[in-house]
Amino acid sequence: MAKLHYIDIIFDSLFITLMGILPIILVFAFFQWAVIRKKLPHWKKLLAGMGMVVLGLAVFIVGLEECIFPLGTSMAQQLSDPAFLMGDSPSPDSLFDGRRIGAEFYVEVILFGFLIGFATTLAEPALIAVALKAREISTGAISALGLRMAVALGVGVGVALGVFRIIEGTPIQYYIITGYIFLLVQTYFAPKFIVPLAYDSGGVTTSTVTAPLLVALGLGLASNVPDSSLLLDGFGLIAFASLFPMMSVLAYAMIQKRFFSRVPDSRAKPNP
Amino acid sequence: MNVLPIILVITFFQIVVIQKPFPHLQETLFGFVLVIIGLFIFIQGLEQALFPLGERLAVEFALKGNVFWIVLFGFTLGFATTIAEPALTVIAQKAGEIAAEAGAIDAARDSIAGYVWGLRLTTALAVGLAGAIGVIRIIKGWPLVIFILGGYSLIILATLFAPKEIIGIAYDAGGITTSCITVPLITALGIGLASSIRGRNPMIDGFGLIALASLTPIFFVMLYGIFIFGPS
Repeated sequence: MAKLHYIDIIFDSLFITLMGILPIILVFAFFQWAVIRKKLPHWKKLLAGMGMVVLGLAVFIVGLEECIFPLGTSMAQQLSDPAFLMGDSPSPDSLFDGRRIGAEFYVEVILFGFLIGFATTLAEPALIAVALKAREISTGAISALGLRMAVALGVGVGVALGVFRIIEGTPIQYYIITGYIFLLVQTYFAPKFIVPLAYDSGGVTTSTVTAPLLVALGLGLASNVPDSSLLLDGFGLIAFASLFPMMSVLAYAMIQKRFFSRVPDSRAKPNP
Repeated sequence: MNVLPIILVITFFQIVVIQKPFPHLQETLFGFVLVIIGLFIFIQGLEQALFPLGERLAVEFALKGNVFWIVLFGFTLGFATTIAEPALTVIAQKAGEIAAEAGAIDAARDSIAGYVWGLRLTTALAVGLAGAIGVIRIIKGWPLVIFILGGYSLIILATLFAPKEIIGIAYDAGGITTSCITVPLITALGIGLASSIRGRNPMIDGFGLIALASLTPIFFVMLYGIFIFGPS
């Protein structure tokens, strides 16, 4: 019975994924037909590949939504629950005597934020795609795994800081604006070839896997931390998770250039 | 390999920190198997369909040499994928409910639906605009940094004036518009375009479309917020 239940859900998921891909196919088909006016070569191979993309994504999402998200969400809830955080400390009031004391009790949530950000980013399909392309274009100078590790580290740090911010209750703008200014300074000093890729990495990180977990974590925290508002604090973790990978990828390239100098900075010639 | 870190983190926290046995061990294991299989099939399809499709079209467009069509394509692709993006629909719906609860908008069903639809439309238009601008940038070979710098300046400026109800959602809208299907397609498109235009470097000019697409929604959603709620 249980297995049948999953087959049902996979079909639902297939349908949703198909609906998501439909506008893309329509746009491509229209331009192919109206502008390019050529028959698509290897269309059978492309169609089969498209089918694999849809099927793979559907199965992937069912696994995530049915089994991993509920676990992750309940974990985030449990970790940010005052009753759990209290542990041995006797009076419930002392926990929230000012937010600064609160932060010490939240070490576990912050650690959880870091690790879950790091781990989910490594499984992010969109990031895998960009990393594969980056390796291909840089003819191996950028390793796919190295890039993904750099991005994942950035997301981890970003989420940890974002969780800390929700607990402290500092306005989000302070962090974001400081972060952007730091990013601009870093951009100035980083090797030029990495900059577009680094900026792209920021957008890629918050796709299928990471975003829902982060929203759950943020909303869970905001509903449990006293004096925080769902509207202001609940969202915003995603912003942190897309800002910090840009910095970490730039840093990755800077470190690589400084210590290994395998980076094709000036060798990356334009096309003839 | 790709999924192993998640398994480790979840196991660690369940055993060491929460100190309770897994609630549904069998289902969780089954879920991980599905995730691993799904990811494997997806990556195969990626190399076989999404990458070639994006690159092929970029090359064809470059051969045609008609700037208008390719810019229109950039806009349409960005707009169409965003308006259909399930993650955006979910976030917008949640944002609408929270805004209604907080009394920021009228709690009537119609007004929530209107707000949600406005959020989605704004985000989709913003991503479409990013697609168009991004394609022009690749064709002209303009450095990405100028756009990022200008974009962030606009965002910081808008943040100062935007009502606080919209800021968190605006920043999130920037992150959420990039799905697993759009990202590989757009990346392949940019790189294909940069590779087939004389004098462009795929590394420097090819990347950047996604960065632009996650920047414009932040600015325009804040503008939408100012329009709906009035400046702060």
